[in-house]
Amino acid sequence: MEIIQIVGVGFIATILIIILKDQSPQFAFLITIFTGILIFLYLIGKISTIITMLERLATEANVNMIYLETILKIIGIAYIAEFGAQIMKDAGQSSIASKIELTGKILIMVMAIPILNVIIETILQLLPIKG
Amino acid sequence: MSIDVNSIFQIAGIGIVVAMIHTILKQMGKEDIAHWVTLVGFVFILYMVASFLNDLFQEIQRVFLFK
Repeated sequence: MEIIQIVGVGFIATILIIILKDQSPQFAFLITIFTGILIFLYLIGKISTIITMLERLATEANVNMIYLETILKIIGIAYIAEFGAQIMKDAGQSSIASKIELTGKILIMVMAIPILNVIIETILQLLPIKG
Repeated sequence: MSIDVNSIFQIAGIGIVVAMIHTILKQMGKEDIAHWVTLVGFVFILYMVASFLNDLFQEIQRVFLFK
């Protein structure tokens, strides 16, 4: 039962943060960041197993690896942007957080451009345009 | 992957000790030294957190094929 471990870590960190918040808020905030890093590091081990399975499926189905790679990169960008934005929101800087989220969305859009191009070309080939 | 809870306790312990030292030095009337102690403790823990953040980002780059 690993979820119990994670919840336990969260509880301990929350109690320590409540104790520290009055005396030194900056240390409390660092504990917040650290707990976030810990949980994300735990999660990424699990995500890695999922991704190996996805890669195996993709190679067996003869999917072009470039598509899978783009999708994985998009998930990675979303993961990092979410992590940073949550931390900045916790620190009370929601304007910086929203800018980071916007940057993540735009970078994802840029990554998706090659796939979108392929889709548009396919649709244009399907359409009976005389030119 | 085991969860490294000790570091959370370490950070909290350093935080409590530094806050105590800060209060004691303030009562003794040495405000400037108290501020320096807080700053040094903060930088030390910030270094720890930054190295862990580096680990996290390396791992993300490894898992999500950013190479």
